[in-house]
Order: sequence, then structure tokens, then C-alpha cells
Amino acid sequence: MTSRIQYDHERELELVLERCHAASRDAAITAADALPKGFTGTLGHFPVYFPEEIAHAAGLLPVNVLGGGNRLEMKHADARMGSFVCSICRSTTELGLNGTLASMAGFVTHPICDAAKHLAGIWARNFPDQVSQILYLPQNVNTNGTVRYIAAEYQRLRGVLEARVGRPIADDVLRNSIRAYNANRALLRELYRIRRDEPWRASCTESYLLLRARTRMPCEEHTALLARALDAIRRRSRLAQDKPRVVFVGGFCEQPPLEMLEAIDESVDVVDDDILVGLRFLTDDVPPTGDPIRALAESYVERSAASPVQHDARKSKEGYLMQMLHDAKADAAILTAAKFCEPGLDDQLAWSKHLDEVNVPYLVLEFEEKMTSFEQMAMQVETFAESLLFALS
Amino acid sequence: MTTATLEHGPAGSAADAFDPRSEGQRLIKAWYADLEQANERRQPVANVFVMGNAIEILRAFDFKLVFPEINSLQTGVRKASEEYIRLSEDYGMSPDVCSYVKADVGLMLKENRHPAGNIPKASLAIASNMCGTFIKWAEIWERWLKTPTFVLDLPGQRAAGWQVRPGDAQHASDARWVEAQFTELIARCEAITGRKLDLDRLAEIEERVNRMVFHWNNVMRLNRACPAPYNAMLDGLTFIGIMNVYRGAEEGVEFMRRLDEHLQAKVARGEGRVADEHYRLIFSGTPCYVSMRRLVELFETWGGVFAYSDYLTFAAGGMDATDIVYDTSRPLESLAEVTALAAHRGLSNQFFAHERLAGQIRDYGADGVVFHGIKSCRFVSSGMADTREYLSRRLDVPTLYIESDLIDPRYWSDAQIKNRVDAFFEALHQRGGGPVGRKANEERRASA
Ligand code: SF4
Ligand code: SF4
Repeated sequence: MTSRIQYDHERELELVLERCHAASRDAAITAADALPKGFTGTLGHFPVYFPEEIAHAAGLLPVNVLGGGNRLEMKHADARMGSFVCSICRSTTELGLNGTLASMAGFVTHPICDAAKHLAGIWARNFPDQVSQILYLPQNVNTNGTVRYIAAEYQRLRGVLEARVGRPIADDVLRNSIRAYNANRALLRELYRIRRDEPWRASCTESYLLLRARTRMPCEEHTALLARALDAIRRRSRLAQDKPRVVFVGGFCEQPPLEMLEAIDESVDVVDDDILVGLRFLTDDVPPTGDPIRALAESYVERSAASPVQHDARKSKEGYLMQMLHDAKADAAILTAAKFCEPGLDDQLAWSKHLDEVNVPYLVLEFEEKMTSFEQMAMQVETFAESLLFALS
Repeated sequence: MTTATLEHGPAGSAADAFDPRSEGQRLIKAWYADLEQANERRQPVANVFVMGNAIEILRAFDFKLVFPEINSLQTGVRKASEEYIRLSEDYGMSPDVCSYVKADVGLMLKENRHPAGNIPKASLAIASNMCGTFIKWAEIWERWLKTPTFVLDLPGQRAAGWQVRPGDAQHASDARWVEAQFTELIARCEAITGRKLDLDRLAEIEERVNRMVFHWNNVMRLNRACPAPYNAMLDGLTFIGIMNVYRGAEEGVEFMRRLDEHLQAKVARGEGRVADEHYRLIFSGTPCYVSMRRLVELFETWGGVFAYSDYLTFAAGGMDATDIVYDTSRPLESLAEVTALAAHRGLSNQFFAHERLAGQIRDYGADGVVFHGIKSCRFVSSGMADTREYLSRRLDVPTLYIESDLIDPRYWSDAQIKNRVDAFFEALHQRGGGPVGRKANEERRASA
């Protein structure tokens, strides 16, 4: 009997993970007439953070456009973007040019870096029927007036989306979206808590698949899936393994290939990470009452995570990494950066120098979403894990 | 943004007393010399970038201005950049990041010993968001040198076809945000210097900037003449240097006034930068400071002159793209308004470069556009190939794409670039010669 229950929960998790994997594996965007009830179109947005609630309330399904992974054939983008630009920008352009993203109502990018801002121009030149925008999220969140400015920018976005869908977005509807996302965020926090406290229950790869699924489905559907997954994860009867506890950073924008995460999971317990941090950027509930736009803007300033592409005087890059290590009781860090990602590469160096100073072991890995060979990386991680275990014993 | 690479065009007039090149060199030298003593004299020093700063405020507090971008490019001009870049790569910096940053890290590793003199330690850094690298760069100073940093967030152009007019709701809202930041910056400056901001002083500085911009706009317009009196990517680099370093200073006003006069006289005499101007070109992107003279020579031997470059707008602060000047009766509000508008129209529009280039091709009667793409600078280069494709396909504009670097000599491939330049001119010639631009100019003159 006991073994049947275990089997059922494993099977349940497997089903959820399969559903999640299927959702994110298929780059094609659902056509407007095949969307879930309540949505009349999709709105693409680029990493890192985007206030999905506003699109959700407009009846536009937010789709986080994350490049083409390692199975996309590049036919058009090589001629449109220099070879020195990161893969996620190039493959996102390819997905646009090869028609995969053709049914999106629009695409929004952010001032996270210059390559990302250029995507708005590329979109405007090549897909003039789509709304193509830069949402100017500020790089200064420390001056009085930041919240007011962000609120004005969100309000502008709201107006753009209202014009696109042809109807106003009522405050009440927006507040309902905020509630829906609060419920989702709470479960994501729980997922990460489990990984911190009982990492043997859920691997980094599993957690990533669960998280990434939100990029392609309504938040409510994702919340329901997450609830099922968390239930199954809590009931898992796996034994803790003797693996070092490691924090993974550098996955905030371009996506590390799944095989890379699997190779890492083999040797270490990833107890915290910044992969898809934009989907978890707001670290607490957004107040579901009062002015919803202001509540979102205030949350961006007061209740938010950190990444290499957001400047906040309160969160130095070394400071937030040390905080992650401390909170997750991690032994070491894996410092990654996507190839050609200037902000990521700059911070990778800063982190490594700092960890040298404070005597925290780390492993530096450079990745590209289009990588297909992982043996060498797996060996590096294995050797790193062995050295950690040796040092810890 | 240099003076050391410049040389006169063959059509320079000996009778003209003002020589922009030597005067520019003198001023840049004087600026570096002045910087050397700043720390000893206990003068406040600020690091600023050319796209988005608050020089007017800093000047009102008598800050000495350090332009790290100019320091980096000057290592290239003085053929020392490779040493600085290698030092930073040995330290661990990736080969794939901006070479300006690497040269600056090299400078820090050399304890601020620069070929132009010692660079003082800054008591404040202002980094705008106009180029994402500025912020990462400033974070390095924060980390290494504990330089207090102020990130000046300037909202830019949000979409193609973006029309922001002075005083409209979008402009007013963005200007309010910029003003809030200036207010905080002023408080920081007051804390550093122990002095209150003198608004009259700020107004005086703005008045000088207004005069500089007035002449700058004339200088830009004068190159619409055929033949063009200067090369935007050689002579223009001196002009930008002065525009930045002496912005708001009397010497800057005087330089721009005399330059304007000098170029007006050249145009009146029908003197061009090249003796036989055959092709008028727009340059898009950043220069290659280590080989700029050589690059320009490759074009000028074909009678090709760069009549304009987008570099002249974004690297000079973008104020020529606004149509307002400082209202010195409300110096702070007006500073915010002009800064916000310049960010929209002159800096961040790099991301929608096709719109601006289409206008410049028309205004300068250009026969083609030369794109200089570089790995170092994703701010200018990431959208370049696509912009080029757009101009060629939609507007039937001849274009050339070449690649090297701002200051890293390892990326300059002379034979390859020469082949591409030659092939470009042959293709232009086959299209019926260069006089597309000339025709456009003739038509414009006729209609005038
Ligand atoms: S991966 Fe890095 S360089 Fe590329 S878009 Fe993201 S932040 Fe920018
Ligand atoms: S990326 Fe380009 S604009 Fe930015 S600092 Fe480097 S050279 Fe300057």
C-alpha cells in the first residue's frame, strides 16, 4: 500500500512535469482563437521582469519570450544581428523572423542591457503589426519619485494595451489579476523554500520546469499545476543525499540548457538560483487593495529580488549573492554567465573576486542556450563537488 | 572625441586664423593638465559619461570633470590601448565586454597613470542608463575605488514613430522624474562640497551651453553644403571632444563660435574637406580610434566624405536633436526638460536608428551609409545589421558594413576593410556614380 501511494505521487509529479515541459518546449505561440477563455491574444515580453498582471488584466496572455534553446535552426537572424550578440537576442530575433511569434499582439522589452533594447527596433522594423515597446523600468530605484515614475510608465503600458484590445482595463480587473499572481508567487516561494530546506525533494531541473511553464500558460492554470506538484513533492519519500549545497547564479536572462541543469543536479544540490528570476522578482504579495498600478510600482521598488541588470544601491551584487548563500546555508556557488552577456560577464568576475576574498568556493561556468555538449561541464561540476565534499568532511 | 588623430584636409585655407585641430588639441591638453592637480588641490572630481549627465549642476559646484570614455579612447589615439586592455584581461575581464571599460580597468590597475597624465580619484560618479554598460562600469568604481555613484535614469524613446514634443504629457512626466533625480543629486553635491547650489551660477552655465549648442547646430548644418567643409568622423571628433569637456565653460563657447565662423567662411569659399568631393556618406556607429585616420583615408581617396555621423549626436549629448534651449529663468526645471528631451530624441533613438538615419540621408544628401559594427559596443552595434537591411531593402540606400573596434587594435584588419571599402565604391560607381547626394543638394538649392 505504502509503495502504491509513493508511486502515485511520483507519477503525479511526472505528469505535471511532462505538462510543464511540453508547454515550454514548444516555441510556437497559441493563435488567438485557440487561447484559454478570457484571453483575446498574447503579449510577448523579454526577460528580466515584466508586470504580467497588466497584460493579464487586458486579456492578453503574457508570454515570456526566452529565445530558442538548443534545437532552433538559425536561418535568418545571423544576417540581422552581429555574431557578438548573446544567443537569446539572436534566437528571439530568429523566432520572430521565422514566423513562430507571428500571432503575438505585441512584444515588450526592457532597459536591462543594450542588446535587449535593440530588440524593440528590430521588432518595429520587421513586425510593424505588433505593438513593439520598451518598458523603461528605472535603473535608479533609490530616489524619491521612483514609484511615481514607475506608476506612470505602467499606466502608459496600460493605455497601450487598452488601445490594442479596444477596451479599458478596470481597476477591479487589475486587482483580480494581482490576486491571481499573488497566489502564484506564494507557491513559487514555497517551491524555493522546499529546495532550500529539503533539496533532495526537488531538483533544480524539476523546479526550473515547473517555473518555466508559467511563461506559456495563464497564471491560474500554472498555480493549479504548481499546487499539484508541491503536494506531490511534499509527499515524496526520497532520502537526503550527500551532496554539497550550492547556489547557482547567472541564469537571470538567457536560459541555461536543461541538460546543463541536469548535469549540475547530478553532483550538487542547488539550494537557490536566479534562473528566471523575473518571474519571481516580486518577493512578497502585491497589496491587492487601493490603486493597483501604484501597488505594482511600489512592489517593484520595495519588495523585489536582484539581478545583474538592475541597479539598486541597497543591493550590491556581492551583497545579494552573499545573502543568497547565507539564507540557503550553501557551501559554495556556481557562477555562470551567458556568452556575450556583458552584464553577466562583469558580475561573474566581481562575484568570483569577492568569493576569493571571503573564502567561499565557487565554480565558474560559461554557457550558451544553444550548447549541445555537456560532458565536459558535467565533469567540471563533478570534480568541483568532490573537492567540496573533501573540504567539508 | 579626440584631437590627436586629426589632420587637415587638402582644401584647408592658410588664410584662416582659426585652426580647429590645434586649438582643440590645446584645450584638451589644458583640461588634462588641470585634472592632474585636482586631488592635491582638494577639488571635487566627478566621473561622467557623454550620454546623459548633469554637467551643468557639477560645474555649478566647481567639480572637475573626468570623462572615462575619453580617457579610454585617448589610450587608443595614443597607441597605448592594447597594454591597458591586456592588463584588464589578465586580471580576468572577458574579451567580450566593452573595450572602453577594459581600458579603464587597465588604468585602475596602473594606478591611474594615463598617457595624457594622472587621472584624479573621483568623489562622485554619475552613470546614466543610456548605455547599459555605463552602470556596470560605475559599479566597478563603486567596488574598487568606493566611488559614490549616482545612477541618472533617463526614460528614452519607447517605440518606433515615437513623437514627444516639449511640454506634452509624456515629456512633462519624464521631466518630472529627471528633476526629482537632479534634486537628489544636488543634495549629494552639497554634501560633498559643503556648499549650497547657486541657481544664478547654474543659469549662467546654462546660458553658455545654449550658446554652444547654437553654434553646434550651425556647425552640423554647415556640413549639408556640398562640398562638405569637414569630415564628420575625423574633424567631427575634435568638435565632440570640446563639446563634452568644455560644455558650459567660456572656452567651449569661444571654440564653437570660432568654429562656426571658420566653417561658414569655408562654405562661402566653396572649400571642402576633400578637394574633389564625389560621394557624400553618413557614418553610423562609433569610431575606431586606433585607425581612424586610416579609415577616413580609405574613403577620401575615392572622394568620399562623411558629411554626418550619428556619433555626433549621441556622443555629444544629443542636444542638437531637441528644439528647445535652457530657459535660464527656471534653471533646474529647464535642465530636466532639456535632458529628458535629449534622451528621447538624441540618445535612446539609437535603438530605432532607421528612423533617424532616413532623415539624415535626406538632410545631408547622402549617397550611402557606412556602418561600423563592433563587438565592444552593443549600444550601437546590436541592431546595426538589421537597420542596414532595412535601409537597403526598404529605402534602396547603398550601405557598407565594416567591423573593428573602438580602441582594440587587434580587431583592425586593414586588407579586409580596404577590400570592402573599394568594393563599396565600385558598386556606388556602377549605380551611376556618387552624385545622388549632389543631385539632392542641387534640388534643395534650386528649391531654396
Ligand atoms: S543575456 Fe545578457 S546581454 Fe543578452 S539580453 Fe540578457 S542581459 Fe542582455
Ligand atoms: S558599450 Fe558603447 S556606448 Fe557603452 S560604454 Fe562601451 S563604447 Fe560606450
